[in-house]
Amino acid sequence: MEVRQISVTINDETRLVEVEPRMLCVHMIREVVGLTGTHLGCDTTSCGACTVLLDGVPVKSCTLLAVQTDGHELTTVEGLGWPSELHPVQEGFKEEHGLQCGFCTPGMMLTVTALLEDNPDPTEDEIRWAISGNLCRCTGYQNIVKAVQWAAKKMAAERTSVSA
Amino acid sequence: MYPARFHYEAPSTVDEVLQLLAMYQGEAKVMSGGMSLIPLMKLRFASPSCVIDVNNIAGLDYMDESGGRLRIGALVRNRTLVRSEVLRARYPLMSSLAPQVADPLVRARGTLVGSLCHADPQGDWGAAMLAMGGEVVARSTAGERTIPVRDLLLGPFQTSLRPDEFAVEARVPGPSGEPFGMYYKLERKVGDFATVGVAVFLDRNGGSITKAGIALTGVGSTNIKCVDAEQALLSGGLTDAGIDAAARLAAEAAKPQTDQRGSAEYKRHLVRTFVVRALQTATGREPIDIRQRRFERVASLV
Repeated sequence: MEVRQISVTINDETRLVEVEPRMLCVHMIREVVGLTGTHLGCDTTSCGACTVLLDGVPVKSCTLLAVQTDGHELTTVEGLGWPSELHPVQEGFKEEHGLQCGFCTPGMMLTVTALLEDNPDPTEDEIRWAISGNLCRCTGYQNIVKAVQWAAKKMAAERTSVSA
Repeated sequence: MYPARFHYEAPSTVDEVLQLLAMYQGEAKVMSGGMSLIPLMKLRFASPSCVIDVNNIAGLDYMDESGGRLRIGALVRNRTLVRSEVLRARYPLMSSLAPQVADPLVRARGTLVGSLCHADPQGDWGAAMLAMGGEVVARSTAGERTIPVRDLLLGPFQTSLRPDEFAVEARVPGPSGEPFGMYYKLERKVGDFATVGVAVFLDRNGGSITKAGIALTGVGSTNIKCVDAEQALLSGGLTDAGIDAAARLAAEAAKPQTDQRGSAEYKRHLVRTFVVRALQTATGREPIDIRQRRFERVASLV
């Protein structure tokens, strides 16, 4: 069995991880590193539940080899925030009831975080477009859109207070 | 789902890729975005002995417009194409198509050149390349050759690339006059493969059409170039009769099959309808339809 040692930075912590080349990134995150906030949904590149940020760009971690992350940075939902210190996007999902079963939520929030980095004040169309690779079967997306708008507003307010 | 075991190589130069390909004699697969290859390997439809990951090769993500053509390196991702100002300004067919490929997460990894080499009959880029007269540059230890996409796509997942060749670049001719292009794609949901896709390309000088390209996705064993429909446009122009003839001939060129996405008859009808819509938009008499406009509105962000 071929094993590679890779160096990958996950949520700002650089780790040396041993992986077989065929191991998928999502399995490394969940089973080797033990961060189970990243969900494995369809396993067929369709649903986006496994979304993580690869060097800041949202990608489906079920369709990426763990070995490909050597020398790169990953952000998972655990890297966004914690209950005591939620990221504005996480707060938005809480405040606007942007989730029901919660399965799509980690991936959804990472996609949205990247969107707001790129475009701090997205229109509803732009939000729906950005999350079109992440499926949610509970909410009908309405409250997810509201959650993103809530987060955008909060982040804008934070920027203003910092610069003031 | 795990792929079958394979040996993994991630070279940092094109030459190393070529040597590996020569050494593995057809047992190695080149991986760029991996958006098709990894799913195929997970389903065990593909089980190469060696995966050559080309993502670590610096300088393959170039887009360069010079000498009357646009060159697109093997690592140019769909996400980059969606955001490209060059495409928006001068390659309207490609800029209309790019945001319709898969979904934003898949576009973040998947590449145009990779899509062409995968030769999925439902791959979108093949249609654009056929309509515009695109080419692929293939390199091997034996040298380099340029393959028109017409000759590249042989059948479902089959290309004329030799096992020892690495497609390093796609090329499309630049417009000489005023270009028009539009890709119509019907999909059941975002990210689905095309039920039907229609690529329409025109190059115009004054009022006359100097180049016409029409090609189809999802209605045959590979993308189909509608040569007769193109001829009808060149001779008939954008008159009602010319448009009608082109649409009819494009529908005749389609070889759709009935499947879960629709009946053969329905798909053929869609081809005709999409050709008419695109060409009417080209005349300027009909406004661009609402769904296409939505792509334009949000395309800059994804």
